[in-house]
Formats: sequence, structure tokens, C-alpha cells
Amino acid sequence: MSPIKRNNPTRLPAISTASLPDIVFILLFFFMTVTTIKNQNLLVENQLPMANEVDKLDRTDRIIEIFVGPVPSNSNEVDNVPIKIQIEDRLVAINEVDYYSLKALGAMPEHLQRSAMVSIKADNKVKMGVITDLKKELQKVNLLKINYTTVEGNVFKNMELK
Amino acid sequence: MSKLKQAPEVNAGSMADIAFLLLIFFLVTASIETDVGLNRILPRESTDPYVEIKARNLLEIGINAKNQLMVEGDILPLEELRTKVVSFIDNGGLQTDDKDFCGYCKGERLAHLSEHPDQAIISITTSRESDYAYYVSVQNEIIGAYNLLRNRESSRLYGIAYETLVQNYGEDIGPTEKMAIKGKIEGIRTMFPQKIIEPEVIHQ
Repeated sequence: MSPIKRNNPTRLPAISTASLPDIVFILLFFFMTVTTIKNQNLLVENQLPMANEVDKLDRTDRIIEIFVGPVPSNSNEVDNVPIKIQIEDRLVAINEVDYYSLKALGAMPEHLQRSAMVSIKADNKVKMGVITDLKKELQKVNLLKINYTTVEGNVFKNMELK
Repeated sequence: MSKLKQAPEVNAGSMADIAFLLLIFFLVTASIETDVGLNRILPRESTDPYVEIKARNLLEIGINAKNQLMVEGDILPLEELRTKVVSFIDNGGLQTDDKDFCGYCKGERLAHLSEHPDQAIISITTSRESDYAYYVSVQNEIIGAYNLLRNRESSRLYGIAYETLVQNYGEDIGPTEKMAIKGKIEGIRTMFPQKIIEPEVIHQ
């Protein structure tokens, strides 16, 4: 007689699914660590161009984000300016950029203001005219450190994406 | 009781469902945000925009409304820009007896290209109608050229790539080590300073 005695040899034991939640939790924690929750509502399209010689933009506490891009077609904005600029949660006109960027700078702790940096997140479809105007506005308020935020990728594919 | 009764097994099947719900919630609300980009420093607003630059020390890059690249009067494909910029910066065109002679330059020392990396200035002019994406590509190639040269000199002097130095600087290390790396980075940067200017936009 064998030492292991099954009480019901015809039925297979149920497969334990107890480790399944663990696996899913690992996945969940992975996502929680690598992603950030959107803190801003994007009001413009934002398909960033690609670049490969990039620097990392760490220390998000000293970054002012400026989004530039066309307004999505389902938006109820009635305006004939095709490209919009978004600072914090509002769309601003080009001559208001200085005011709102200074406001964003003022919201920063004082010791970080000197190393503040502007991250320009401009869409692929944007033309240089808007970017030049934007840079002039930033120059006016002495926000000189800028970063053209991109995604990592092959630059030669930039023109095919449009 | 002679024998302990085994506790009945808890059915954990629904636990996975709950975790999945959480996971899906995170997938929906969160986004993997990009945190890389090309750093640039804008010039100060100046009242005196006229600076005299020798023609040989200036590399003029123009982007027109049709996204064509013009370098020193010739149309150039984007793929060739990097080598062009490298040969311009690294030219080191002064005579060996000149006090500003660039000893570490490995260029061809041509008469029409820059005298010294410190003198070499790159100017980018864009049309208002050029695409931002193309402009980023051009900027990327120029920075790529500088990185290539900086890496070369850094590997020669310290046996470590410039980009690795910069990466190490950002990590958590002791203050003395940090100072040493900072010195190295600044040394390389003075050898190949990035001088990129963007004069007034051409209106087309």
C-alpha cells in the first residue's frame, strides 16, 4: 500500500490560483512606478518629435511646461489661430506667454527659481514661426534655459510621421 | 481533540479580478511621460546685436519653408549634416606657431573652416514656415556632432565617454567625486563649447 492515499482517485485536485493575484499585483506595482498620473489636462494635440542626442529632464520640480500644438477638432474653441499654446491649464495667446510663464515661475519655491527650465512640448505639426515667437517671449522674461522635449527615436523619421 | 482540523482554503480567485481592476484603472489614468529632450540656452535679450565674426568661423545653416537644409550656400541632405558640422568644428585651421593653435583638433586644417573650436559658431536660420520637427532634427544633428567630439576627447583624456561622465554626475555620489567629475566635464566643455546662434528669422 502506498503511503500517499488519495481519498478520491478519480478527481484531479483543483489548481491553485492563489499566485495569480500576486502576479497581477507585481504588474500593477510596475505600472505605478514607471508612470505618472496626468496632472494636466491636455488641451492641444501633442505628438512630440523624435531625437536621439537627448539629455534627461530630471527634477521635475523646477520645470515649466509649455505645450504647443493644434487644437483637437472636437474642441469647442472658436478661433482662427490654428496653433495654440498651453501653460498650466489654459490656452494662452502669444503675448500672454510672458505673464503666465512668470506666474508659473513665481509658484516655484524661491531656491529653485534660479535653475528653472522651460520644457517646450511642441507638436510635430507646429511651424517654426510660433516657436520663434515663443522663444522671444521667454527671452523677454529671462527664462533662458529651454528644453525641446522629444521622444527618443530616429530623427530621420521625423518628417515621415506627419 | 486529538487532531487539529485544517482551516478551509480561502478562494483567492476573485483577488486576481480586483487586482486586474486596479491595474486597468492605472493603465487608463496614468501615462508614461517623456522626460528627455534637447537642452538649449537662449541668448540674453541684447540691445547690441552686432558682433564681428570672421566668415570662416561661422557655419551658416538655413532651413527653408520646404524643409530643405542649406549649409554654406549648398543644399545638403540631413544625413550628411553631422559629418559637415564635425569637420567644421574640429578643423583647427590656425598655424602651429599661433598661440591659439588647437592641439587636440584632428580636422583637416582647411583655410575656409573654423580656426579653433572655441571660435566656431554655428548659426541656424529658419523660415517661419519650416517645420518644428525638422528643426529639432537639425538641432539634434548639431548636438550629436558636439557630443561625438566631446566623447572623443573625453575618452582620450580620461578613458571614459563624455556622456558617461555627465550620467555619473547625476548619480548619487560623494561630494569630492562629484567635484572631480564636474571639473572633467567643464574641461571638455571648454574644449568644445557649444556656440549656436539663431539670428532673426527670414520672412518669406
